[in-house]
Amino acid sequence: MTELVKKKKKKEVEYSKETYLNWYEVMLRVRRFEERALMAYGQQKIRGFCHVYIGQEAIAAGLTSAIRPEDAVATAYRQHGLAVARGIPTSECMAELFGKETGVVKGKGGSMHFFSKEKRFFGGNGIVGAQIPIGTGIALAEQYKGTDNLCVTLFGDGAARQGALYESFNMAMTWKLPVLYICENNGYAMGTSVERTSNVTDLYKIGSAFDMPSEPVDGMSPEAVHEALEKAAAHIRSGKGPYYLEIKTYRYKGHSVSDPAKYRTKDELNEYKAVDPLKVTESKILDKKLATKEEIKAIKDKIKAEIDEAVRFAEESNYPDPSELYTDNYVQKDYPFLE
Amino acid sequence: MARELTLRDAIKEGMTEEMRRDDTVFLMGEEVAEYNGAYKVSKGMLDEFGPKRVIDTPIAELGFAGIGVGAAMNGLRPIVEFMTWNFAVLAFDQIVNNAAKTLSQSAGDFNCPIVFRGPSGSAGQLAQQHSQSFEAWLANCPGLKVISCTDPADAKGLIKSAIRDDDPICVMESELLYGATGMVPDGEYLVPIGVAAVRQEGTDVTIVSFNKMMNVCMDAAKELEKENISAEIIDLRTIRPLDYDTIINSVKKTNRLIIVDESWPYAGISSEVAFGVQSKAFDYLDAPIIRLNAADVSLPYAPTLVEGYLPSPAKIVNAAKEIMYIKS
Repeated sequence: MTELVKKKKKKEVEYSKETYLNWYEVMLRVRRFEERALMAYGQQKIRGFCHVYIGQEAIAAGLTSAIRPEDAVATAYRQHGLAVARGIPTSECMAELFGKETGVVKGKGGSMHFFSKEKRFFGGNGIVGAQIPIGTGIALAEQYKGTDNLCVTLFGDGAARQGALYESFNMAMTWKLPVLYICENNGYAMGTSVERTSNVTDLYKIGSAFDMPSEPVDGMSPEAVHEALEKAAAHIRSGKGPYYLEIKTYRYKGHSVSDPAKYRTKDELNEYKAVDPLKVTESKILDKKLATKEEIKAIKDKIKAEIDEAVRFAEESNYPDPSELYTDNYVQKDYPFLE
Repeated sequence: MARELTLRDAIKEGMTEEMRRDDTVFLMGEEVAEYNGAYKVSKGMLDEFGPKRVIDTPIAELGFAGIGVGAAMNGLRPIVEFMTWNFAVLAFDQIVNNAAKTLSQSAGDFNCPIVFRGPSGSAGQLAQQHSQSFEAWLANCPGLKVISCTDPADAKGLIKSAIRDDDPICVMESELLYGATGMVPDGEYLVPIGVAAVRQEGTDVTIVSFNKMMNVCMDAAKELEKENISAEIIDLRTIRPLDYDTIINSVKKTNRLIIVDESWPYAGISSEVAFGVQSKAFDYLDAPIIRLNAADVSLPYAPTLVEGYLPSPAKIVNAAKEIMYIKS
């Protein structure tokens, strides 16, 4: 296990009951959503590729408390958790996985492509690393328009080896763009460990080649994620340009549903399960007496009912009408498609 | 009234007018600002609009194309210049996987109003990597529109339409013709995307082409006139969507079709036009369609090899005689 995750922080900042309960609820919502998605996949109600976020929920939690609703988010295809954390209703997300017309993108995107202009969620991108320049461009537009919004651009450890990252980092620093780069380093690019593909395994160090402020973060702790994001966001909003966080995390499931994850040991998985952000946060809430067992149970019941409802909604919704095949390819309404 | 303008100045006028009209339009690319453009298309634009709206980029086609896509998704209207489309191959991921698909994968929530532009096609003895035509590559992809036109007046009107269009558009220009001139109308005008132009009316044979091959066709038409062959010359101007109606109407009149296309023959624009005509006007054809393409090889350096590679007026004249069953 990464030293950073193993190490306990010396001094912990105190957070309010509301903050802890919000983090807990977000992480629980994401966890239960993903578990039900896996179940539905097993029943062949969800098809195609499906990459779940289980284990990485602390990042989604920190994102809800540390940045503003006006800020943009662009990420890769392991995105359900981030979309849910940004406030896209779980019913619309589940319906999207089911390929239904009531999905967040009308059944046209599936697991890898959620988008919501209203929630400032810019995908949901399926080509590894392609969202890095896109997020940089979203930030350029914010700077151009003179807002103090930033764009959180997330990518995995695999994407950190794409050329698009180096091109983007260079332009973002040169032009001081308001972009927060986050590498969600879960240790594996599909089945290949960071050690096997990079001479530098501390991926935050990539930023130093561009003089970009860069830090490693314990991604199993919503507190650590929140603190790092809050500090980075303040730096960016003050006009000093981009910031880069390597958030060290872990996925408890395989790369996608079809991956049995035989490239890693059970011991390694169990080490990380011992620091499960959801369980640790629940214990903390109870230990600090921020909520009673009954209150925790009430949250669990609420989330269970919400996800049950999301599955029911997805199941009962219709598939898109076949005529939808020719919509949303061009803004031009009378585009002459070939027959 | 009209004035004589070079292609480069006509395109610049189009971009400049649109940037005056709409604050969200900006230009980015290699050497577009302080150097005034590798081919001087953006000469003077930095002086007028400043570095916020005329942005020099590092040599990072994938990166700045993607930055353009992100900016377009977030409310701006970028014009991304590639020094040549050959270099844009590095950016195809962003053009094909993102710009073209943003509207579909977001089910209409986000569009991507971006213009990618630069010269396409051969430009003398530039050898294999700097001489390719990309119209067919990009026109294959739903979600994109592709313009390829070197007539200065039309190029101006088309670039203006492209900048105002809400879909992503690839605009193909020509290194060799940036300095060529034409009469360009004064004042505000737009040329619609997806409409071909009949450059010369004729009755014996229809010749369809685009970009700098249009000049080769016009030269050939003069030669054909001397031999009493009346050619109707059509400039496609837009490659996707293709204006089949103009082509079909002409073929119904002439009953013969030659396609002159600088892109490679395999799975190219000429195949597409030929397919469309045989399916919609089969009974009107008096001879098999002939196409003249670049040779089905990578373009080498030596002048004799360049000459052999490209369509020429002589090759077009021979093709016209062949299609009219005239023995030469």
